[in-house]
Amino acid sequence: MDTIRAFSRHPSGMIGLAILLVVLVLAVLAPVLYPEDPWEMVGRPFAPPLTDGFLLGSDTLGRDVAAGIIHGTRVSLTIGVTSTLAAVLIGVLIGAMAGYWGGRVDDFLMRVTELFQTIPGFILAILLVATLGPSLVNVIVAISVVSWPPLARLTRAEFLRLRGREFVQAAACQGETPLQVVLRHILPNAISPIIVTGSLTIASAILIESALSFMGLGDPNAMSWGFMVGAARTVIRQAWWMSVFPGIAILLTVLAINLLGEGLNDTLNPRNARSGRH
Amino acid sequence: MNRREFAKLAAAAGVAGAAEIPWGITRAVGQTRGGTLNAIIQPEPPVLVTAINQQQPTLTLGGKIYEGLLRYSTDLKPMPGLAQSWTISPDARTYTFKLFPNITFHDGKPCTAEDVIFTCTKMLMETHPRARGTFQRVEKAEAPDPLTVVFTLKEPFAPFLSSFDCTTTPIQPKHIYDGTDYRNNPANARAIGTGPFKLKEWVRGSHIHLAKHEGYYRQGEPHLDEIIYRIIPDAASRSVALEKGTVQLTQWTDVEFFDVTRLKGLPHLEMTTQGYELFAPHLWVELNNRVAPMNDKRFRQAVAHAIDKTAMKNRVFFGLGKEATGPISSKTRFYDGNVKKYEYSLEKARALLDDMGLKAGPGGKRVTIKFLVVPFGEIWQRIAEFVRQSLGRVGIEVVLEGTDVAGWGQKVSNWEYEMTSNLLYQLGDPALGVSRTYVTSNIRKGVLFSNTQGYSNPEADKLWEAAAVATDDAKRQELYSQVQKIVVEDMPVVWLIEQDYPTFYDKKLKNVITSGIGVHETFGAVRFG
Repeated sequence: MDTIRAFSRHPSGMIGLAILLVVLVLAVLAPVLYPEDPWEMVGRPFAPPLTDGFLLGSDTLGRDVAAGIIHGTRVSLTIGVTSTLAAVLIGVLIGAMAGYWGGRVDDFLMRVTELFQTIPGFILAILLVATLGPSLVNVIVAISVVSWPPLARLTRAEFLRLRGREFVQAAACQGETPLQVVLRHILPNAISPIIVTGSLTIASAILIESALSFMGLGDPNAMSWGFMVGAARTVIRQAWWMSVFPGIAILLTVLAINLLGEGLNDTLNPRNARSGRH
Repeated sequence: MNRREFAKLAAAAGVAGAAEIPWGITRAVGQTRGGTLNAIIQPEPPVLVTAINQQQPTLTLGGKIYEGLLRYSTDLKPMPGLAQSWTISPDARTYTFKLFPNITFHDGKPCTAEDVIFTCTKMLMETHPRARGTFQRVEKAEAPDPLTVVFTLKEPFAPFLSSFDCTTTPIQPKHIYDGTDYRNNPANARAIGTGPFKLKEWVRGSHIHLAKHEGYYRQGEPHLDEIIYRIIPDAASRSVALEKGTVQLTQWTDVEFFDVTRLKGLPHLEMTTQGYELFAPHLWVELNNRVAPMNDKRFRQAVAHAIDKTAMKNRVFFGLGKEATGPISSKTRFYDGNVKKYEYSLEKARALLDDMGLKAGPGGKRVTIKFLVVPFGEIWQRIAEFVRQSLGRVGIEVVLEGTDVAGWGQKVSNWEYEMTSNLLYQLGDPALGVSRTYVTSNIRKGVLFSNTQGYSNPEADKLWEAAAVATDDAKRQELYSQVQKIVVEDMPVVWLIEQDYPTFYDKKLKNVITSGIGVHETFGAVRFG
């Protein structure tokens, strides 16, 4: 409860949360607000905003930009959250094993992690999607594969810090299995930095997805923001609205998640909380 | 040297550079001889020898350097090229060409019947697949005198006379190539032809500079002193260059479709879609005829009814092009528009689907088809999206699949696809560019741009074959009219658009489009004012 109260007094965190809630509501209400398929060519091509019944204008084929953005919310959030969950799962598992057991297991797992860290993430994502083929599942796989290493290193550091503590050793002495020790004692104490990093990973996942779609490597059946900007790029001199509005959608969502993550970081981190910055 | 001095020096260097390679129109007003034409070439061709490489930019530039025996009007009738006259024997097996006198190559050596025979029977047979298709029908080629070439065919082949434009049969110098490895001959870098312009300088990544061939055999040609093809990879920069007058000519996809309307309005520019008749690019949705339910012609007809071609033309191609009605483009010879019409009608499409037992399930969905998106750029993505939305309205769910260039070629040529789009050139005669897509004998696994959809109708096969060897044009028209009726009924692919490409040129520039190959022509007659 203290955490929630502290967070509610964190101004930028609350702004982030508010924007994100709006985005979430729009995602949920998409089929109500725009029941038509966002790919449907509903009107005149190249209609500027607020003409012909288009709130944010229409694109080259006469598709509603506003409908695209609202439906794109679902795609971006789904990909962001799913790929982050997958990345957290992989990262925490590997980090926990390395941190808990140490020694050779640690060496081996960390060398593997470094292998992934040395390859530029976005390039690897492009490579994976280009090889596996552009589809929703493959994009999620690619983003998870490039996103887990920082989480693994973080988890390992937390586990290294906690595993020598008295309460952990006491639990082990009482005969609890390693799994019980990890789940009941270490993980709950390591969870806050993981949550913070995870929330920021969602933002970067959305950005990677947008960049992939922009380059034409997104799922061609999913109306996503990156795809919209990519498709509008060539006609930017004639129709600014086609790229500007999806761009703003990406900007606001990523900003909101970053603000929220920062807010969480400030409130969940006991050192910051105690220093009375808020 | 301080910063100001450096800036002065840089500016001076810039001016000097500009003086060397003139930009914009350089001749005085009212002058009709001389001058420099600035044009665009993109992407940069790998080589200029059109006998070796037949990519679009190579053909555009090579057209100034190399010539064929004939040229073709915009309605594809033969006109004199290197040959001033020609005769065909009554049995339609012997073709005799008389060359113009005094034709010289850029290196000063004369061009004679020996060069023509070498080009057609030796070099092109090895390096030019399209020419090989024609010249493998030649039984013997002889030169009774240096200005006469006689081809004798194994059997009559009506489109033989349609195969002598400079993109199909660019005449090469025998003294340079005979007995060498054509593709690796060092002379390829010099690109020696007979055309009115010769290669002066090629700065990779910047420009290709062509200069007047002084010994050109046509009196008074060329009018221009030089042509500079500038390599401008970015589409927006190309439009700006045209707008500002730094280039006076663009062709094919130099200007993106969406920019056409805007540039058309500019007072100093002329736009035409003429000059692509020999190519007549024909766009269609390709349905793998082996896969159910696309093996049923009622399904393919339903697809034809469900796609609003006019809307596609307006939305995807910004109004450029013409709705296609059948396998032969209206720009190609022997087109017949009197065939079954498939107007845009969702009711008819649904009725056909109902009739074949493809009932709508929950949500109105009847069947799901995978559509392989052609990876050649944005326009293909839009075509795919348009088709998906159109077919979705009648309950055919289309799922788009992305792929790369190699993947697309492999999947289509090996028949591992359900639906895709495709675009083929018609090459001036149905026997050269059209029948290849529909005849059973051209169902060849692994070969792209063959009868990849696997359509086979023995009756149509007979007509295609008969029309190719018939020599009387009226007889050919009759046969092609019959086969068009059959094929349009069977609907092996769903024809969409006869594509048009915009050619923009400065209004002061005259005689730009004089033939069915337009900007690929020699430009000997092109002049300012």
